[in-house]
Amino acid sequence: MTKIERNERLIRLCLLVVAFSAISVLAVITIFIFEQGTPIMFKYGFKNFLLGQDWYPSEKSFGLFPMIVGSLMVTLGALIIGVPLGLASAIFLTEFSNRRLARILKPFIELLAGIPSVVYGFIGLMFLIPFIRENLGGPGLSVLASSIILGVMILPTVTSIAIDSIRAVPDSFREGSIALGATKWQTVKMVILPAARSGIVAGVVLGMGRAIGETMAVIMVAGNAAAIPDSILAPVRTLTSNIALEMAYASGEHRQALFATGVILFVIIMILNTIANLTSARQKKR
Amino acid sequence: MIGTVKNIIEVKNLYVYYAKFQALKGINLNIQANCISALIGPSGCGKSTFLRALNRMNDLIEGARTEGQVYFDGKNIYHPDTDLLTLRRRVGMVFQRPNPFPLSIEDNVTYGLKVHGLTARNFLEERLYRSLQAVNLWEELKDRLDENALKLTGEQQQRLCIARLLALEPEVVLMDEPCSALDPMATGRIEDLMYELKKDYTIVIVTHNMQQAARVSDYTGYFLLGDLVEFGETNQIFTSPQDKRTEDYITGRFG
Ligand SMILES: Nc1ncnc2c1ncn2[C@@H]1O[C@H](COP(=O)(O)OP(=O)(O)OP(=O)(O)O)[C@@H](O)[C@H]1O
Ligand SMILES: [Mg+2]
Repeated sequence: MTKIERNERLIRLCLLVVAFSAISVLAVITIFIFEQGTPIMFKYGFKNFLLGQDWYPSEKSFGLFPMIVGSLMVTLGALIIGVPLGLASAIFLTEFSNRRLARILKPFIELLAGIPSVVYGFIGLMFLIPFIRENLGGPGLSVLASSIILGVMILPTVTSIAIDSIRAVPDSFREGSIALGATKWQTVKMVILPAARSGIVAGVVLGMGRAIGETMAVIMVAGNAAAIPDSILAPVRTLTSNIALEMAYASGEHRQALFATGVILFVIIMILNTIANLTSARQKKR
Repeated sequence: MIGTVKNIIEVKNLYVYYAKFQALKGINLNIQANCISALIGPSGCGKSTFLRALNRMNDLIEGARTEGQVYFDGKNIYHPDTDLLTLRRRVGMVFQRPNPFPLSIEDNVTYGLKVHGLTARNFLEERLYRSLQAVNLWEELKDRLDENALKLTGEQQQRLCIARLLALEPEVVLMDEPCSALDPMATGRIEDLMYELKKDYTIVIVTHNMQQAARVSDYTGYFLLGDLVEFGETNQIFTSPQDKRTEDYITGRFG
């Protein structure tokens, strides 16, 4: 074995150790959550946890259904608001604005991703909540407010990843389309977006992950009532808020039930990611 | 050439600038209908620039500016009232590197029709069949029409790009080194195809390959440093060029 070969081996070994320890930390966290959260689900029954409507931990009633619905509602709402806006800004900046404007604006958009979520929550509390309360009714703290705040929060992620994937589409596609007499918008709609789709979907999945996992900003604007919201103007509590609001004082089975909430959140995120990846893979194959 | 001569394109005093750089210096040239005209010349002499001026593709390049007139079918395409979408539909372009869209084979061929608002199913199917037939791809691909076009070989991709143009029934087909990414066998077959297409279309081809120009074209133009040095019947250009510079180039004594 030459010296170079020995060196290569050593480097490989080091990388392996580093990669393995990073992955094992994640594995340990996952195992810990499941280990803490699943026993109580067995004890009271999965069905009661998933479909139970009442969350009264002191009375041993651990229904998480309102929070599951709440998380899904605000995440969906965030996507409905954030994805079209993000995609539209990405398309505008890459295809329709002049290059200088795009160069100035893109770092600005990426900067938005770095603003701490408590700031978003605070702004929501100061301006959005009173606005909704006075103009649309209800307490203001609501599904709508959470969706808007989360939608704005995922905007930078969706936009900047969409910009990158649209930029990665070769110019030869654009030329080919324009040379056939297509307009710019037709080119974007029929060639550029399909070509950039898998990147765009990846951005949406990341944004979705951020929306469903976001806690602080949501707690500040959601109202946090543990009941299924009957309109988008009603308060809502998400799975993450449920954990964060009660962890500080929970003990015993209550505490375990909060870990169970974490398990359910974990599983939901896995399912959503898988669905998103499968649909984009299937569409790509066609 | 037998019969009446019709100039489908007449270029008058064409100048093209990239920012301050003068890429074309007053080109005058007529292109005859139903002929193949070849443009040859060393790298960077402005062949592609000229070709792209004929369907205003240079408009896409930031900083490019054009002066002079290009009459297509009697009308100056640089007149402000020109409908660019229709112009590009009538004067189509095939690129150096095959650039099919990352869509199905069928969607590639029908793309141009759809963007021009032609969506009747029967019509699309009929054009799909006819265009793929015309480029000899129908038999090969008729069972794979919904497969992604990027899976095809380079030659098939280039044929598909030609089919995608023919679906629009253009009058002029501009080809910028259409064979440079293909092997010699495939090149020969694309040349045969051009020969067949000549019946119905006017073809202008840029090529680096002088044998190719000699083989396929009726007329040849020699570009040098943004000037059109000589333009004439291919036979004459290759056997008795009028200009010393043309002679040097085609006999390989260039530079
Ligand atoms: N987008 C552009 N911006 C600035 N200069 C350009 C641009 N495109 C071409 N040029 C310049 O214009 C001149 C002519 O270019 P053109 O591409 O027309 O040459 P060509 O004859 O097609 O060359 P080749 O045989 O290498 O394809 C070259 O000097 C080139 O550097
Ligand atoms: Mg060129």
